[in-house]
Amino acid sequence: MDNNLKKVIIIDYQLGNLFSVKQACDTVGINSQISSNREDVLNADALILPGVGAFIEAMNNLRKFRLDTAIQDKVKSGTPIFGICLGQQLLFTESEEFGAGQGLDLISGLIKRFPNTFDERKIKVPHIAWNTIYTMQQEWGDSALKDLDNNDFMYFIHSYYVKPIDDACILTITNYDEIEFCSSILKNNIFATQFHPEKSADKGLSIYRNWALINNLYNNERN
Amino acid sequence: MKTVGIIPRLDIKGPNLVKGIHLEGLRVLGKPSDFAKYYYEQGADELMFMDVVASLYERNSLHDIISETAKSIFIPITVGGGLRSISDIKEVLRVGADKVCLNTAAIKNPQIIKDASRMFGSSTIVVAIEAIKESNGKYLAYTDNGREYTGVDVFEWAQKVAELGAGEIVITSVDKEGTGQGYDLDLISKITNLVGIPVIAHGGAGKQSHIVDVLKDGNISSAMISSLFHYHFIKENRSQASTLEGNVEFLKQKRSFHIFEPCSIEVVKRELKINYIDCRL
Repeated sequence: MDNNLKKVIIIDYQLGNLFSVKQACDTVGINSQISSNREDVLNADALILPGVGAFIEAMNNLRKFRLDTAIQDKVKSGTPIFGICLGQQLLFTESEEFGAGQGLDLISGLIKRFPNTFDERKIKVPHIAWNTIYTMQQEWGDSALKDLDNNDFMYFIHSYYVKPIDDACILTITNYDEIEFCSSILKNNIFATQFHPEKSADKGLSIYRNWALINNLYNNERN
Repeated sequence: MKTVGIIPRLDIKGPNLVKGIHLEGLRVLGKPSDFAKYYYEQGADELMFMDVVASLYERNSLHDIISETAKSIFIPITVGGGLRSISDIKEVLRVGADKVCLNTAAIKNPQIIKDASRMFGSSTIVVAIEAIKESNGKYLAYTDNGREYTGVDVFEWAQKVAELGAGEIVITSVDKEGTGQGYDLDLISKITNLVGIPVIAHGGAGKQSHIVDVLKDGNISSAMISSLFHYHFIKENRSQASTLEGNVEFLKQKRSFHIFEPCSIEVVKRELKINYIDCRL
């Protein structure tokens, strides 16, 4: 890999499978490194915040490694960030998960859990399935989703979903058993998905590639 | 929308893909990576790798298979068989598995479900339940591919597994497994109605209509399939039996698979669509 290529840090806070995120980056030629080091995060050209597991444990670990403030500072200064699954949820204000409390608060909104029943029907939780994503109002032609068609399938595995206060950042919606939720967001330098692009076959990989293209990460002129 | 998943299951012994047949032992079918790649290209929704020997001394070859697969296959991979501790789980996740499947360890020590789901997230922990119907009509949970008796009631166990924090249950009907006679619909629908987590049906698929039969219930999240797809793959790519070690007589004989009507993943998914069952196609 070209050492001058822009560097993406895959933030490791000791939860979840980073292997597949790293594989996806390697496959589309993103120069990435897995790290839990605060300095690496501060020096990164772009960040990926992955994650599987519990919100509370994730925030505790981010604080323990002093990554929470590093991420906040970087994102506020304009560094591109790509949040995936729990990584998307961590960008929000707070979770309703018992005792979970505050998130990174880069996007205003809440994390909600799927109900166990809806309209007197039982709902299977977690939502573990391939499901479709579709647009609400925001066009996604200029986003990392640009190679996807409306209603393409992506892979989901989660019990919680995000509810932004401002609808304008909602990029896609997904309907799980008649419950509509926000399945991806875009706000300036923040892009995040509830689904796992690295587990969503070729279409998913195109999201990594296009995210890197849009953010000039294949450009080897480092700032 | 509510979609169903089609999950090919690859039973692994050492470096080989195998299939256990009643009274015959294990047949060697080929190289796991060839099958995995084919299923990925055919539109499999996830893959399940099961170490059927479940012994520590062949664990390294399973790890090699997983890490090789995870480099080129971008769908979820679940790995099971012989995982006994948190550190075993950590190790398979580290080499590229997305989820782990527990059975024996969970029955012997249910606390591992709670610990593992807290540590790795509920959605990472799948529990396999192997059910055998006793002569009195009761279903009991077994381990080690139906060889070890536990005396545990399947329905009580399923509820406990869900309470302890597992993300999914794979319910195998040992009586039907490998027979090609269809899924045990009573068993599977009873389990899925009892628990609030997704349930994956396994054991008995002999033709595509069996898969439709089990998934049209509407409350079963996925179907797990091995023989049906493996025999289709072998028919399509008469693989190099001569390069394999172990019980390959079956492959050399080019015997027909009279109890199965092999078909591709794509054909199964089309059939699901025709029957108004949503899936990724």
